[in-house]
Amino acid sequence: MATISTQPEKPQVLFDNTTDDPTRRAPLVLGDNDFTSITDKVTGIAAGKPPAKWWIAFLFALSLLGMLGGLIGYLVTTGPGVWGNNQPVSWGFPIINFVFWVGIGHAGTLISAILFLFRQNWRTAINRFAEAMTIFAVMCAGLFPGIHVGRPWLAYWLQPIPNQMGMWPQFRSPLLWDVFAVGTYATVSALFWYVGMIPDLATLRDRCKNKYGQFAYGLFSLGWTGSSRHWHRYEKAYLLLAALATPLVLSVHSVVSFDFAISQLPGWHTTIFPPYFVAGAIYGGFAMVITLAVPARAMFGIKDIITDRHIENCCKVMLGTGMIVTYAYSIEFFVAWYSGHHYEQAAFLNRLMGPYAWAYWTMIFCNCVGPHVLWFKKARRWTPTIMFAAMCVNVGMWFERYVIVVTSLQRDFLPSSWALFKPTWVDYGMLIGSFGLFFTFFLLFCKFLPVIAMAEVKTVMPQAHDIVHDPDEPYNPDEDQADYRPDRPHYEWGKKR
Amino acid sequence: MTQVLTPPTEDVATEAPAKLHGIIAEFETVNDIMRAAKKTRDEGFKHWDVHSPFPIHGIDSAMGIRATILPWIVLACGLTGTMVGLGLAIGTMATSGIDLPGLPGAAAPIRGYKFLISGKPFNSLAAFIPIAFETTILLSAFGAVFGMLLLNRLPKLYNPLLKSKNFRRSTADRFFIEVQARDIRFDKDKTAEFLKGLGATSIELIED
Repeated sequence: MATISTQPEKPQVLFDNTTDDPTRRAPLVLGDNDFTSITDKVTGIAAGKPPAKWWIAFLFALSLLGMLGGLIGYLVTTGPGVWGNNQPVSWGFPIINFVFWVGIGHAGTLISAILFLFRQNWRTAINRFAEAMTIFAVMCAGLFPGIHVGRPWLAYWLQPIPNQMGMWPQFRSPLLWDVFAVGTYATVSALFWYVGMIPDLATLRDRCKNKYGQFAYGLFSLGWTGSSRHWHRYEKAYLLLAALATPLVLSVHSVVSFDFAISQLPGWHTTIFPPYFVAGAIYGGFAMVITLAVPARAMFGIKDIITDRHIENCCKVMLGTGMIVTYAYSIEFFVAWYSGHHYEQAAFLNRLMGPYAWAYWTMIFCNCVGPHVLWFKKARRWTPTIMFAAMCVNVGMWFERYVIVVTSLQRDFLPSSWALFKPTWVDYGMLIGSFGLFFTFFLLFCKFLPVIAMAEVKTVMPQAHDIVHDPDEPYNPDEDQADYRPDRPHYEWGKKR
Repeated sequence: MTQVLTPPTEDVATEAPAKLHGIIAEFETVNDIMRAAKKTRDEGFKHWDVHSPFPIHGIDSAMGIRATILPWIVLACGLTGTMVGLGLAIGTMATSGIDLPGLPGAAAPIRGYKFLISGKPFNSLAAFIPIAFETTILLSAFGAVFGMLLLNRLPKLYNPLLKSKNFRRSTADRFFIEVQARDIRFDKDKTAEFLKGLGATSIELIED
């Protein structure tokens, strides 16, 4: 039997894969890695003891989560008066936080679904934890409208449940569309995340030495054995989920923007809101991806899997979506002027020069000025500037929602009802506490689940495509046809007997 | 290089001689497994499989795997979702009630809630599109995930292959061909010899 090279060539060792040379494909996994070392590295994170830094971060996040729980208890037992929400600003921090968090989630779905459909192979290294980020961000987002309904124990009334009163939620209201959009988004994101994780959970099951771990990973990997017949259906299901999640993610923030755009309020009632909100969501989400990826890849020593090129690509996505957001800000002003609408113009002048001008200009600096340092390649490769830009966007995108919610509400049509919005300590505590919720789950995920989509990373390594045709064997082109059926009896290519 | 290990599996207390499940052959590279898969396919086996840590590009045609019917399941679920969403919104907002006597738990018919708001028509189809869209996506996603699991016969809580310590590398860095004993062409010695001839680095018998 003719032998051919069975050992794949070792990948070229490169430390700088941020090259833009179009004549060659930049490697996505650096160093001397093969399938074994990738498996060892990623399962090592889940199997080994967490570093001390992890414990410090986890206990800190957990204490913030405890504070959030305490504040929710205080809110439920006392009433929404503990917040600064009042007339005319009846949508205060809870709705700002809701829009902020649900927006963060969008980057995860963009990476996992849209970049998958566009065959952007670099997504494989970051998609798992970006999806985890989506789930935890949507959890934080779902919390706020739930406790903002006034009587949170009746929040189930949002669901269309048949009842003896014969009452139904109002299906013409964008607030109810939100329930369906965010509920579907949370469910589909969780399914997408879990389905993507099944093969990697099987890897953990097969490598785990601990009895409890073997049981838990064994249960959740559903008996996966990497069968190619299974992979075939799995890949189809994954593709379909990506194709379903893509319009879904665009619909979610569009529907969130309808909460504002369908109302009659100056500053809210604009048709630009859906695309502007979606771009802003991806902008803020990528900033959060960078905020999480840069420390995580250092903490767990996976800089050869989440490489500089991945971080640089995220920076470029931020630059692109950031400019869309800046464009939307200016178009809003143009339309306010061009409409000739008295109240609309007043609302926008109020943003520029009113009592919340400080928030507006913070937003402009953080979203439209600060991140543009990333135009320089050196800035995209130096951690302090990357983190500066990401932090700018994190803060800026929160202030964007603050400006939209507060400035439009605080000056109503009647000057006699104008008032300022004063957040209370409970408002601030819940905002900080929601970060505790987010980071507690995120750190648990980093410790116990596969942080990197191992199976997917392996498919983008050169060893996965090292197929050599044996010159001694006749090549049958029919084999590559989708409907090639040698398993069928009396099969003859081109005709069925 | 090649060796037949008997009994290869971990010690499992059995009184009666165990039933043979099949033979697994281990391969080291993608190239080896692709060549071996084509030969196994051409040999005429039906109950056989390739186990790999990641989906291998081109393995479907190398094994002769037929296209899955999953997209049709998803389409059916999606259309059901559209109907559910539209039915829910129109039924509750634009009718005085749906009489569903057969619905379990519903002693009384489900009452509609015709509520005139801002002079909008009861059947405001445009306002119901987001609802119908979201239910379409939701049910399609359920169809994709649970349809895939169902077609793959998962979850499977017992699999004799997992008794083999060596096989556990199939989720990490090795590739395996499994030929099951129920295949009509299966013969313990001949099949082992055949797989050895394909360049397998090890051959194992798997007992059920």
